[in-house]
Amino acid sequence: MTLVTDVAAAVCLLLGAFFSFSAGVGVVRFDNLLSRMHVVAKPQVLGLLLLLAGVALRLQDRGSATMLLLVAIFQLMTSPVAAYMVGRSGLRTRCVDPAVLEIEEDEFPAREAGR
Amino acid sequence: MMLAVGVVATTLLAVGALLAVVRIERGPTMLDRTVAFDVLTTALVGAIAVEAAISRRTESVPILVVLSLVGFIGSVTIARFAAVEPPKNGTAAQRSGPRPGAGAAGGAGPSAPGSVGFAGPNAGSGGSGVEPGPDPADVTGRKEES
Amino acid sequence: MKQPDPAQGPGRRRARRLVTLWPTMVVGALIWVLLWGDLSWANVISGAVLGALVALAFPLPPIGTATTVRIGPLLHLLGRFVGDLVLASFQVAWTAVVPGRAARGGPTPHGALVSVPLRTDSDLFIATTAGLSSLVPGTLVIDLDRPTRTLRLHVLDIAASGGPDAVRDATLDLEARLLRAFAPSAELARVGLAPYTLDKEERR
Repeated sequence: MTLVTDVAAAVCLLLGAFFSFSAGVGVVRFDNLLSRMHVVAKPQVLGLLLLLAGVALRLQDRGSATMLLLVAIFQLMTSPVAAYMVGRSGLRTRCVDPAVLEIEEDEFPAREAGR
Repeated sequence: MMLAVGVVATTLLAVGALLAVVRIERGPTMLDRTVAFDVLTTALVGAIAVEAAISRRTESVPILVVLSLVGFIGSVTIARFAAVEPPKNGTAAQRSGPRPGAGAAGGAGPSAPGSVGFAGPNAGSGGSGVEPGPDPADVTGRKEES
Repeated sequence: MKQPDPAQGPGRRRARRLVTLWPTMVVGALIWVLLWGDLSWANVISGAVLGALVALAFPLPPIGTATTVRIGPLLHLLGRFVGDLVLASFQVAWTAVVPGRAARGGPTPHGALVSVPLRTDSDLFIATTAGLSSLVPGTLVIDLDRPTRTLRLHVLDIAASGGPDAVRDATLDLEARLLRAFAPSAELARVGLAPYTLDKEERR
């Protein structure tokens, strides 16, 4: 039984670390702000969730597990909000290059007034 | 077995954190640095989590709670107060200047035209900063990528 | 819509505020219990009190919307969400890590901004749809235009996502799953969705 949970924990830890690593790679390799935020919003969240699951499997402790669950919920709730804040302010402060986007709407360049 | 898993996982996390530091150093705008800083914080949380998992330490878990919240608050605060940054290169004519009253917090510091603190990679961007051409692309630093 | 009537006295308004505090108190108690990892009366009560204090000290505009919970659609929503999160993470991680793309003009695929007009008019459901759509494949919320209920999404790879129309359909499907799980029947009827359709969501 311990072996089964340990193997599961090891798989979770390795996959989670890989996703965190890919977040670092994406942040360096992608060449515009909005694409980089995809990396923060998705693989990084799943990576952290997997790492937390690995910790919970390994610790086998109810008090720690609830706290880790809380971290996971926070992460799921806050990560889209953070990405939204950064993206919106990037759009409005024109940190985002319109040339890398296919803009199908018309008002994008004119839309920076009012926050 | 767990030790090997720990070594591999922490190596991956460390490389990811280093790459995030690269982006923090390089990132042309404050928001790029914010995003990279978020990655760095999460890598730190992940490293503490791996350590807690390998050595079965229960007392590291509250640190995870606190750190995961700190990263979020940092990102949102910086994003909230990000201002239109003055361009480092010669494209001032194409861009509207900073709005009055909006440049107090956030982006004004390291990116003022005179300060070259973080502008290192820009210097090697093939002269794109000298040309007055109507290309806003160098604002996002696309040309700096290899 | 649930603004207190200004004709009422301040006492009535305060009483009404206290009544609307109870969800915050429940959430506060839940978070407190999870944080301490111990279900005891002291934790429940102190968490509820803390929740009430936070809500009184930092008041936010009400997003009060009647919700119902339907178990079947809720499971559908959760299952699809977990699957989508895993799929999205693998996609983005692969796009970031895979080597050969640098030869073809940089690793970043061509992105796009897509506007998606939502159907629901409830703050709660719009916000939840926005949050969820950041975690499913392809899309990321950039901006939200409340009067026209329009989400502006950034798509990482517009070609791989199948164009703006496919992104719009996927987001509307997500909204439909969410509404089926939580929206009251009147709201569902208003936006023209049948309550229980678990297979293919119909498009409007």
